[in-house]
Amino acid sequence: MAELTYRDAVRSAMREEMQRDERVILMGESITGYGGSYAVTKGLVEEFGPQRVMETPIAEAGIVGFAVGAAMGGLIPVAELMTVNFALLALDQIVNSAAKFHYMFGGQFSIPLVVRTVSGFGQLGPTHSQTFEGWFASVPGLKVVMPATPADAKGLLLASIRDPDPVIFIEHSLLYSTRGEVDAEPDGGLEVPIGVARVAREGSDVTLIGYSRMLLQAMHAAEVLEREDGISCEVIDLRTLRPLDYPTMVASVQRTHRLVLCGEDWRTGGFGASLLAEMQDRCFDDLDAPVQRVAMRDVPLPYSRELERSLIPASQQIVEAVRRLN
Amino acid sequence: MPTNSRAPRPRSSRPGRRSGADLPLGLTAQECREIYRKMVLIRHFEDHAAEAYAQAKVGGFLHLYIGEEAVAVGALAAARPDDHVLGHYRDHGYALARGCDPKACMAELFGRETGLCHGRGGSMHLADASRNFWGGYAIVGSHIPIGAGMAYAMQYQQKEQVVLDFFGDGATGNGIFHEGLNMAALWNLPVVFICENNLYGMGATLAEESPVKDMIIKAEGYTMPSVQCDGMDVLSVYEAVQKAAAHCRSGKGPFFVEALTYRFRGHSMADPELYRDKEEVRRWRELDPIPRFGRFLVEHRVSSEQELAQVTEDAEAEMLEAVRFADESPWPDPATIDKWIYAKPLDGGQREPTSEPAPAAAASGARRGA
Repeated sequence: MAELTYRDAVRSAMREEMQRDERVILMGESITGYGGSYAVTKGLVEEFGPQRVMETPIAEAGIVGFAVGAAMGGLIPVAELMTVNFALLALDQIVNSAAKFHYMFGGQFSIPLVVRTVSGFGQLGPTHSQTFEGWFASVPGLKVVMPATPADAKGLLLASIRDPDPVIFIEHSLLYSTRGEVDAEPDGGLEVPIGVARVAREGSDVTLIGYSRMLLQAMHAAEVLEREDGISCEVIDLRTLRPLDYPTMVASVQRTHRLVLCGEDWRTGGFGASLLAEMQDRCFDDLDAPVQRVAMRDVPLPYSRELERSLIPASQQIVEAVRRLN
Repeated sequence: MPTNSRAPRPRSSRPGRRSGADLPLGLTAQECREIYRKMVLIRHFEDHAAEAYAQAKVGGFLHLYIGEEAVAVGALAAARPDDHVLGHYRDHGYALARGCDPKACMAELFGRETGLCHGRGGSMHLADASRNFWGGYAIVGSHIPIGAGMAYAMQYQQKEQVVLDFFGDGATGNGIFHEGLNMAALWNLPVVFICENNLYGMGATLAEESPVKDMIIKAEGYTMPSVQCDGMDVLSVYEAVQKAAAHCRSGKGPFFVEALTYRFRGHSMADPELYRDKEEVRRWRELDPIPRFGRFLVEHRVSSEQELAQVTEDAEAEMLEAVRFADESPWPDPATIDKWIYAKPLDGGQREPTSEPAPAAAASGARRGA
């Protein structure tokens, strides 16, 4: 075991898979000399060369389309889209190409592709501060992964690269410098399976479901609630948004009878909206109170620091949501 | 060996009898007969598809390749059989030119389990990966970078195959066209871009959709060599793609072929063709690539009129059989509807929300009903 940052964990997964499998290539904007907008790919072109770490034009749709074609030709591309905001330019290739080909051609070939991208904020303004995991998670044919910890960032990326289906792997800019224990074995023995949630903290009074940065916020809220209110929270790290691990979520609600869904995306039509619908359907008789949601208000995220702070979902809103339940 | 084309020769329907020594482009008589047969096959396939559509046996959108047969057939004849082919939604021609089973193609249009894609794709999404025919792609232009990516995979793996990527003039107005060409040229990739310029992007005339009428001009900005060919003349297409594929295969990077062609029928079966006049259609129909190449075969004594008539008769019989096969084929089983969403289906414990009743929901539902 070694302590790594989330950023280094992502890089280490790519590096190990590239060492293990020559078919794995990386491509993206400014990922070579610059090292990637968030320095995730730093040093990789020096180790693997420009054929395997490809500097691309600024052409998000082209990058993903190209990666889909490379996958059809026998490679395993990991395409980086600088942020999830720019992934909108590639939505057609993600939804109509990557997610469809295996199905619409009757299973003749699959698309082993990872699209790595990142959500997050930090005074980046309305066009650079969005998070769209709910859109991707609504598409059959895609797998959507959002790790919260360095260990999962590595383990889930290993699993994603080895998966024969297209995976949208969404990192979080505010997590890159967080640290955690990560298996450093070069054989990548620490693969974390896609579609399996993790009970990050056991509890008995209420279930908090989060992912990515909101998992950390939920963990913090759980500490506050235990200390200040004596409320015992169970916290589930979803890890994968599609496929969803319903058994883990349902089993928890059957114990706690209360549920709070924690997300950063917009309240209307956000990922939490469809998760709520499905959970109330599966757990209606187990619930003692309406399911609560913590989500972004339906506002474009403004630049100004104070305005931004007032909007970004954080542990305090989770604490308040739990208190509303009790 | 010199041949005296004026000398009377006995006619025979046996293939391969004539040497075809005076045939252009290194083509053999047998290859020429096969080119003709495939064009006729496509024409008859499309006629029967239209008929089946009128009978509501084919649903959705149906785009006929009638008039453009020389492009797919000429291009694929000039390529190697293992070169990769990607087409657009008007894709029946590529499938048949690549040798896909007409029965399976027709069954796909009919939405049957025996279809090339088991009824999941339909007319616009035929594919046969076993023949490196990777499909018809129906989001205009989307397969242009996909073709470039496949070409990169060939280059990376040091394979000799090249990619033939077909699209229409309408696709050149889409940003994805430019992204794909830019990357292919930037990385020197073995892909032949084949633009079927049929003068219309659905109902928009070329003048309404492009500031230039020659699509090869758009390749110039990417320093891509290009050639324009007569898309109504299968030999002209053959020559252009032969040159283009050789260029790509020798490591010189991508090549752009523009085939000037015309669809005799509307954009789709729903098209009333209000945007073009009948006189224009009539003039293009005079350039029909099938009788044109038929005359060439007779003039070069590759085939007799009777042999050509036999090809037509055989194609018609084959298509009747394809329609019968499709019509009698089983529908896909709705129980298999989730198959192929993923190549690696979900592990135990996870499931898609819509695929089966949840044990928990079923249990609570029972209590609710009580």
